[in-house]
Amino acid sequence: MRFFSELAKGIVKDNPIFVLVLGMCPTLAVSTSVKNGLGMGMAATFVLICSNIIISLIKGVTPPKIRIPVYIVVIAAFVTIIDMAMAAYAAELHKSLGLFIPLIVVNCIILGRAEAFASKNNALNSLADAVGMGAGFTLALVVVATIREILGNGTWLDIRVLPQAYDPMLIAILAPGAFITLGFLMALINIIKGRK
Amino acid sequence: MGYLGQIFVMAMTAIFIQNFVLSRFLGLCPYLGVSKKLDSAFGMGMAVIFVMTLASAFTFLIRRYLLIPYNLEYLQTISFILTIAALVQFVEMVIQKNAPALYKSLGVYLPLITTNCAVLGVAILNTKAFHADGITPYNFLDSTLNGLLSGVGFTVVLLAMAGIRERLEFSELPKSMKGMPIALILAGIMALAFYGWMGFKI
Repeated sequence: MRFFSELAKGIVKDNPIFVLVLGMCPTLAVSTSVKNGLGMGMAATFVLICSNIIISLIKGVTPPKIRIPVYIVVIAAFVTIIDMAMAAYAAELHKSLGLFIPLIVVNCIILGRAEAFASKNNALNSLADAVGMGAGFTLALVVVATIREILGNGTWLDIRVLPQAYDPMLIAILAPGAFITLGFLMALINIIKGRK
Repeated sequence: MGYLGQIFVMAMTAIFIQNFVLSRFLGLCPYLGVSKKLDSAFGMGMAVIFVMTLASAFTFLIRRYLLIPYNLEYLQTISFILTIAALVQFVEMVIQKNAPALYKSLGVYLPLITTNCAVLGVAILNTKAFHADGITPYNFLDSTLNGLLSGVGFTVVLLAMAGIRERLEFSELPKSMKGMPIALILAGIMALAFYGWMGFKI
């Protein structure tokens, strides 16, 4: 049953954004709309799953001294694959995520999980870890994006939720809104943790 | 507009208007992680300026003389990140050997820089950057200069943040706001101030 506990821990207990505070750049930059957040979350999850499996499979033959460059090459290869796949099949999403797709390479979550988990565990558990962490990352992105899109645009996933008369709080979808939203969300999580 | 004017525009853009941290969201991990003390923020800032300048120069050469002539542009991400990793390692070794004092103050930050997305970010942005006229792409000098100036922009906000957070240590905050939440809200307010440079219109 270890498989399921590894899978579940990434979603709430060790959530990469809210608890481990990793991978802040894409979280703040692409959470302007739920659609972008979902796209980014899924792209990162794909890279995370593939790289975790490969790294856990080659852990026996990787010389410890050059392991970080090896991990980076594995991760960069999958990032290039998803970058080109998205450019071909989801051109619009690819354009709005822009620079942040190649930058998945330096996302601390992926290298962090490779170093902390996949290099020490077997492929099955690494897969569970990657799925859980990916889901936790996507969930966090969607939560932040939901708040920002509803406040800043009055819509959720392009569906209008607030009445036409609502004057959108533009600041929420601009850069400062990203910081402030995430700041208050983290404070909220601290309050909930403090209660327990 | 002469070349000096162009440089001035580039400097204003890189440091204030399109600041790497506050408006492009690059390099947030060191921005939030190393901004607790002013001296460590200064060390990190200097190391980032150094590596960003070198990385911009090297990635430009690699792209122009290796990737484009051989139609290997799809290898851009891999080759750039490997260049940066090798460069950081190399810089670390050189500094350790020739300037032990500098190594002591910068050393701990250098390995962290490989995964600083501002460095890879500036390398990729340089490949897509154009001058104000929208036609001439950046040449070698422009790219290197842009790397240097973007690093300066990063350092400016990192130092400002560290200065504020040092004083914040002594203020009474609600328990839930301590640490990361207040740092993020501070960053938000700073970003709001930097919007003033853009001349933002609704």
